[in-house]
Formats: sequence, structure tokens, C-alpha cells
Amino acid sequence: MRVEGRSGGLPQARAVERARGRPSTLTFPLTTILWHVPMAFFAVVLLTPFAWMISTSLKEEGREFELPLQLIPYPAVWSNYPTAMTTLPFPLYFENTLIVTLGALTGTLVTGSMAAYAFARLRFPGRSVMFTLLLSTLMLPDAVTLIPKFIIFRNLGWINTLQPLWVPWWFGGGAFNVFLLRQFLMTLPHDLDEAARIDGASSWQIYARVLMPLARPALITVAIFSFIRTWNDFLEPLIYLHDEKLRTLALGLRGFQDLYKTDWTLLMAASTVIILPVLALFFAAQRYFIRGIHLTGLAGR
Amino acid sequence: MRAEGRAAPAPATLIPQPSTRRRRRLLWSEYRDAYLFLLPWMIGFVVWQAGPMVASLYFSLTRYEIVTAPEWAGLEQYARLFQDDRFYLALYNSAFYVLIGVPTHLLLALGAAMLLNVQVKGTSFYRTLYYLPSIIPIVANSLLWAWMFSSQYGLVNQILGSIGLPQPQWLQDPTWAKPALIVMSWWTIGGQMVILLAGLQGVPDHLYEAAAIDGAGAWHRFWAVTLPLLTPSLFFNLIVALIGAFQVFTQAYVMTKGGPQFSTLFYILYLYQNAFEDFKMGYASALAWVLFVIILAITLVQFKVANRWVFYEGELRR
Repeated sequence: MRVEGRSGGLPQARAVERARGRPSTLTFPLTTILWHVPMAFFAVVLLTPFAWMISTSLKEEGREFELPLQLIPYPAVWSNYPTAMTTLPFPLYFENTLIVTLGALTGTLVTGSMAAYAFARLRFPGRSVMFTLLLSTLMLPDAVTLIPKFIIFRNLGWINTLQPLWVPWWFGGGAFNVFLLRQFLMTLPHDLDEAARIDGASSWQIYARVLMPLARPALITVAIFSFIRTWNDFLEPLIYLHDEKLRTLALGLRGFQDLYKTDWTLLMAASTVIILPVLALFFAAQRYFIRGIHLTGLAGR
Repeated sequence: MRAEGRAAPAPATLIPQPSTRRRRRLLWSEYRDAYLFLLPWMIGFVVWQAGPMVASLYFSLTRYEIVTAPEWAGLEQYARLFQDDRFYLALYNSAFYVLIGVPTHLLLALGAAMLLNVQVKGTSFYRTLYYLPSIIPIVANSLLWAWMFSSQYGLVNQILGSIGLPQPQWLQDPTWAKPALIVMSWWTIGGQMVILLAGLQGVPDHLYEAAAIDGAGAWHRFWAVTLPLLTPSLFFNLIVALIGAFQVFTQAYVMTKGGPQFSTLFYILYLYQNAFEDFKMGYASALAWVLFVIILAITLVQFKVANRWVFYEGELRR
């Protein structure tokens, strides 16, 4: 990469050397090591609440109020976890959450990718108008549609069912996801479609057999975003689900708060359990996260 | 090439040039396919977006308490709204959260992105760690931070006390409750950070080289090269963050219930209470539309002002 000896003499050339690559390409090992100090400090600050949560979840009831605070609980009360999980029907909440999450995820992938395909690859009258409409819904605050949607579901008799939480995702899967998938499809060469079309493939075949297999990374990204969004959602379950048996995990955790107002050990244990699946998914698929955010970030260009 | 005789530019899908009639048929079939692919989205757009928007405008012009049918009331709800102290309070609380929360959040995200924009081993590991708090379900995060801010036993005050700083009552104190929620939001800079980092890495090297030849120091390079080229990413983040911050709800609902003394009664929380606790759908719809107009106005102003400070790389070539 760098040819040290040749440009050693001139100060200007050295300045160029320093500037090449990134603005802050760090040349000396010492600087490199020192740079880890702020990076690590920031990481510690950001992760402290999380560590604190796990620490509290392992304390004996009442001992979370002991001063000075101890970060490593002794004795570690692992039984807080089974206790937290059995006081409320968490397995049931888990099942409800899974139904909603998978229902929304599947709908988003199927119908979102269909819309993205049309926007990215097909020509039709009204395309740019419709695409503008799609993008403008990104700016539409959910609050504006909240009440009429509630009334629609009420008229359908769907209040107190899980449907309102996943059925809407079967109608386009959300502007954000369509946009992300479309951005990705735009990066695939058009020759693929044309070659397939010459071979007599229909649009459906091109979509299903040529493009979707290639769009797998983007589809995984969308699946993860959708999963996390539905898993974490609170306002909609709060509005639509009244029956305790129908609660999702987020809603169930909120109910737990009413029961154990001051027992932070159990509250933190329950919170940790709800975070774990999301955390596992995040670590398993983090590169898809990053790539997905890059793709949406392109909107800024 | 193929199809020698024809000068007409060939549509992409029709490389072996067929007869005009066949061409038209193919074109029609492409249209038909496109609309079929778009059908679920189009239905969704009408049923879940455009329709509800119009409906909520209509509801805002009625008295509607859900058990009885909506009853036309003209601008009554809006008149009531503009005399409602609670509405102004909710608007103030949300504006406070937006005006303080959004810029500080963005600055921290920029700081984190710059910190990671170096060629040092381990940056992707740190990037993962920095992003992690952003995926925590909001209810769990709210409970966690309610505990963090607990005035006597919370970690925040323990740390503040140990370095000799004052320990506010945070969520129990009307002055400190909103700042507490803003501080909490600083932990979720992950998404913005990744976008800004991508923006930083997209700055072409030759610009830095040119600046260095002109004798620009690190600080000057940041102001003259990095920042201008980063403005599109900053602008995108700003728009998205503004819309999001106006809709803050769950934190306030779980942590403070809008208190103490309504100091965290944010706009959407007030809307929620009207619509789903008091079932005043007409009034809540008016609230929703006022918010919509406010957000729309701010977004449009942002786009207008953007011409002055957002710099698109394409302009460089001109």
C-alpha cells in the first residue's frame, strides 16, 4: 500500500501520506493503542446499563437496595429466572409473540419483495408517482392512522385477537422494507432478467427463480428488521389486546411491572429473558444489520 | 448487433425485435405483471394509509365516542383543542424532547462514528457493541432505565454521588424527568452511527489528499472536507429522528405515566389517553392531525433549508 522510502523527504508528501486512506489512518503503534482507550471507554459506558440489569436480576430479593451497590452479586440467585417465568404465563406470551412475529415477517417478505421487484425492474405507467407515494408514507406519522385502523379492526371484530398485529404486513410489508429491497434489487445487473426473458421466462419466474435467490442477503436483513420491530412493539399490542391470555411478551412484561412494582430482581430477570432472543439473533446475523442500515442510509444520498 | 435495420431504441426487454403488435402485447403484459406484483402494496396503501388519513381528518370534524356513530361537529374539536392547556403542555414536552434530544443524539452518533472511522483492528467489534443497546425491546429498556434512575438505589445517582455531583430525583422531579428520558435515548445511537460511519467511509481519499497538499490540518480537513460530504447522511438522520422523537410514547407510558405533574405527558401519550382511555376519538383525531401538520411543516422546512447546508457530491462535478 504505502511506499515509505520514496516520499520520505518532502513535508507535503508526508502530509499526503498521512491523509491517504482515511482521515485518521493511524500510523504509529502507540497511537493505535491509545485509540483503543476512548473506543473501549465508550463501549463500557454503553454496556453498563445492560450489565447492571443482569447483575440486578441475579440478586436476592431486597438486596438490590443494599448500599454500596455491588456489581457482582453474591450469592447469585439463579432461581429468579424460573420464578419470573412462572409467575405469569410467559410461555403463552412467547407463543403469541412468535405467531405475530412470524406472521408479520412472512407477509413482509412475500408482499414487500413483490412490490420492490415491480419498482426496481418493471416499467409501467405511474411508476414514479407510486414510488413517490411509497416514500412519502415513510414520513407519515403512525399516530395519524392509529385511530382509523383501530376502528377498521373493531368493525372486523378483530379487537382482542392477534390479527391486527400481523395481517397488515401482508399488504406491502411497510414502505421502509419495500424501499430497502428495491435499493438492493437496483444493484443487480439487468442482464439477468433479460437473459431469462429471452429464454422465455415470465415475470413471475424471473422474480421467484432469478432475483429472489440473489436477493437473499437483503431478504434476511428485512426479515431481521421485521422480527425485531414486531418483537419489540408495544403500542399496538397495548391497543388491540385486552385479554391476558393474548398478551405478547412486551405487553406481558409491562403487566409484570404492575405486579412487582418494587421487586427489581424479578423485573430485571424477566426483562433479560425477553431481550435474549433478540440478542441471539443480533449476534448471529449482525453483518446483515449493518448492510441493511447502509442500504437505507443511501436514501441520504 | 442484432436487429440491424431498426433505428428505434430497443426497450430493454425486447432484444430480438418482434413485430409492433407483438411488442405492444409484451409491453401490456409487463404492465399487467407490474400491477399484479404491486397489488398487495396498493391495497395496503389505500386501506392502511391513504384511507385512514382521510378518515382521521373526517373523525376530527365529528363527535365520536366509539359506542355511538360519529356526529358532525365541524371545527368544534379544533376549537376545544386550542383552548386546552393540556394540549399545549403535551406539545411543549414533545418539543423539548425533540429540540434537546435530537441534536444531542445526533452529535453523539457522529462522535461514535468518527471514533470508529479509523484503520485500527477491532473497530467492527466495537461497532457491534455500540449498536447493541439499540436492539433492546423498548419496554425492557424502559424498565431498566426506571431502575437506573431510581433516586436512592439507582446506578446513575450512585455514580454521580461517588464523584461528588448532585443527585437529582430524576423521574420523581418535574424538572429532571424529561432530561432523564433524553439521557436514556443517548444509549440508542447505534442506527444513526452506522449510517454516519458509512457516510464517513464514502468520503473519497483524493479530497483528503488535496486538502493535505494545501496544508490543511486535521481540524480544517474535518470542517472543509468531512463535514460537507457528510451533510446528506446528517440530513437523512435528522429527518428520521425528528419524526421519531415527536412520537415518543412507550418510555413515558412505562416509566412515568406522563408524570410527575404531567412533565412527561408527551404528545402521543396524551393522544393515546384521549383515544383509548377516554374513547374521545373525535378529539384524538384532531390531535393526530395537528401533529401531522406540524411534522409535515417541519419536514418541508427542513427540505427547503437543506439546499443551504446539505452538500451533494454530484454538485462537485459542475
